[in-house]
Amino acid sequence: MTDPAYNFAYLDEQTKRMIRRAILKGIAVPGYQVPFASREMPMPYGWGTGGVQVTAACLVPEDRLKVIDQGADDTTNAVSIRKFFSRTAGVATTEATTDATLIQTRHRIPETPLHAGQILVYQVPIPEPLRFLEPRETETRKMHELEEYGLMHVKLYEDIARHGQIAISYAYPVKVEGRYVMDPSPIPKFDNPKLTNSPAIQLFGAGREQRIYALPPYTQVVSLDFDDHPFTASKAPHDCDLCGSPDSYLDEVITDDQGSRMYVCSDTDFCASRRSAGHKGRLWAPAPEEAL
Amino acid sequence: MAAPQRWLATDTAPLLSVQGLTRHYGARIGCADVGFDLYPGEVMGIVGESGSGKSTLLSCLAGHLQPDAGRITYDGRDILSLREGERRYLARTEWAYVHQNPRDGLRMCVSAGGNVGERLMAVGARHYGDIRAKATDWLGRVEIAADRIDDRPSAFSGGMQQRLQIARNLVTGPRLVFMDEPTGGLDVSVQARLLDLLRGLVRDLGLSVIIVTHDLAVVRLLADRLMVMKSGYVVEHGLTDQVLDDPQNAYTQLLVSSVLQV
Repeated sequence: MTDPAYNFAYLDEQTKRMIRRAILKGIAVPGYQVPFASREMPMPYGWGTGGVQVTAACLVPEDRLKVIDQGADDTTNAVSIRKFFSRTAGVATTEATTDATLIQTRHRIPETPLHAGQILVYQVPIPEPLRFLEPRETETRKMHELEEYGLMHVKLYEDIARHGQIAISYAYPVKVEGRYVMDPSPIPKFDNPKLTNSPAIQLFGAGREQRIYALPPYTQVVSLDFDDHPFTASKAPHDCDLCGSPDSYLDEVITDDQGSRMYVCSDTDFCASRRSAGHKGRLWAPAPEEAL
Repeated sequence: MAAPQRWLATDTAPLLSVQGLTRHYGARIGCADVGFDLYPGEVMGIVGESGSGKSTLLSCLAGHLQPDAGRITYDGRDILSLREGERRYLARTEWAYVHQNPRDGLRMCVSAGGNVGERLMAVGARHYGDIRAKATDWLGRVEIAADRIDDRPSAFSGGMQQRLQIARNLVTGPRLVFMDEPTGGLDVSVQARLLDLLRGLVRDLGLSVIIVTHDLAVVRLLADRLMVMKSGYVVEHGLTDQVLDDPQNAYTQLLVSSVLQV
């Protein structure tokens, strides 16, 4: 099963040791961006090269791997990374959140609560939450060092002044254990409350930017806000049209050019398991081959 | 001058005390062996031609440059031995720095309200309504209409930008303000209005100010005391009116006689 031309999980052992050292440091200093010597991976930047390296460094042969892209198990990015590791590491793969020991994710946290012993690996495009406010790397490092995070609130102020509310809907900045301000990768702000106090280990890998950061289990993570404009986790005000779930994060799907649309859970595993448990949404119909 | 006895006050400790401040650029002298005391509520002008070391001196004082030698004591604390975090905290609470070019001191892509509010948020303000109320109040004090609060500085005229920069700096109630040619690049009528405003603010708030300029009219209006610099050294030091009316040093005499009379 494992392609013998590759070392277990593609990366050589020295590289994995280097990445593990960065991960350990990241776990020791929650929210701190640890630089690491990111390698060229056999996929383009933006496809999860950081997450893949973190996953490769964490995988053991006994792991069951789940890969999701925007919550879905069956999109290109998820399928190709899952295939990559089943070929180079020979690990078992699964689509069930509860069965997985390691989950690599792009832009979502699974709806099903994670449990102790699981590792959630995020793919991060731009790890620096202050980047668009302060372009100088030397300056942002100094700001993290000296805890000068007023600028982050200037961004929130501008949002309220211009839009009447904080208009950041994804990559919503958080403060970790009262110290580091962190970019939780582009997860929707709906998922921000799931970051805090999670029993799972959460690791963040940015390949192009060569940074790893981490949240150890049961870390306190607070979304930044103003006293009179508190943080709210938002989602489309609908139920899932397939499984009827009223409280999962939804994708909007345009179904024709007459303005019809449907809302479906972005977490495909969550939606499918609800349907198999008998929940039905507004537009749910059995698949054609079953109907035949 | 409004309160001529202030510079004589010997019962109060100086707010800022500088001794033997020296900064070299390689073999060249930036400023050399500068020493003075600045008392609370006092405005000191530093004049001199381009390249005389005024801006170097101001940068050293404000902590933007590391001096090669000398001591700077602010409010009983040795500034040069402070850790960077403490120094930067001081710089955004008790100090203010008004740049010559407002573009250096403002965030051009952030609204006027956000610019004024930044220092408040940097010291922990987390109530949007309060921040906005304070920003509105300060825009009023620098004569910017309240309905411009959500405009970006790039939509402001040069004079308005400079006034906005002053509001942004004074909002946290600093005690010591560094100004680097605050009226440079503005036309004379706007300059006059800005000077009027500055003079009012300085008197009302009891600020201590170090103002660097090459414009003698500015120091005549604003400064209680004057330091004249040439080639990095202080060549003359005294009360503004005394130095300008009865210059002792040859260079100061040249400087004073070079002012164009209209």
